[in-house]
Amino acid sequence: MAQNTEIRYLNPPTVEVRKKKYCRFKKAGIKYVDYKDAEFLKKFLNEQGKILPRRLTGTSLKFQRKVAQAVKRARHLALLPYVTDLLK
Amino acid sequence: MIKQYETVFIATPVLSDAQMKEAVAKYTDFIRENGGEIVYEEDWGLKQLAYPIQKKTSGFYYLIEFRADTQLIDKLETQYRRDERIIRFLTFAMDKHAVAYAEKRRANKQAKKEE
Repeated sequence: MAQNTEIRYLNPPTVEVRKKKYCRFKKAGIKYVDYKDAEFLKKFLNEQGKILPRRLTGTSLKFQRKVAQAVKRARHLALLPYVTDLLK
Repeated sequence: MIKQYETVFIATPVLSDAQMKEAVAKYTDFIRENGGEIVYEEDWGLKQLAYPIQKKTSGFYYLIEFRADTQLIDKLETQYRRDERIIRFLTFAMDKHAVAYAEKRRANKQAKKEE
């Protein structure tokens, strides 16, 4: 008898609305990612200083490669750390 | 073939200002002698490094933007490698987007300076 009563939640389960991700470079019309601008590059790194994947940032493939290239150059020049904690 | 390049190098913090100027002059003259033409120079001064390089946690950063022939870059880099004052360097060939960006950056730097 208990099985057929389906489970009732206290409040209705909120289905997480998926916000449409967009490539910020195409929208803002930015054509070049500067490796010297560490503050801007930090938006694409997580707390440990690792590069965020495209599925989170929503950037297009062409600009994700430019960002990755710029981050690696900035790391070479010690503008950004290779690995750290609480970078933000 | 003349291309536009941008080079950034880090000098050890142990240097005095005079030695730093002399190191910078050495590279700017080197570029000018070998047929390069310097477009823009920028001194970021003493900055903290994100991670220690050769046990040092800070360094003098210097940026040079120049137009030069492709053969000059190898010579420039061997100069960097031989010079023990320079602990790290990066040269970078600029494409048309990079050149446009650099001009815009210089323009608003000048604008900031005038304020």
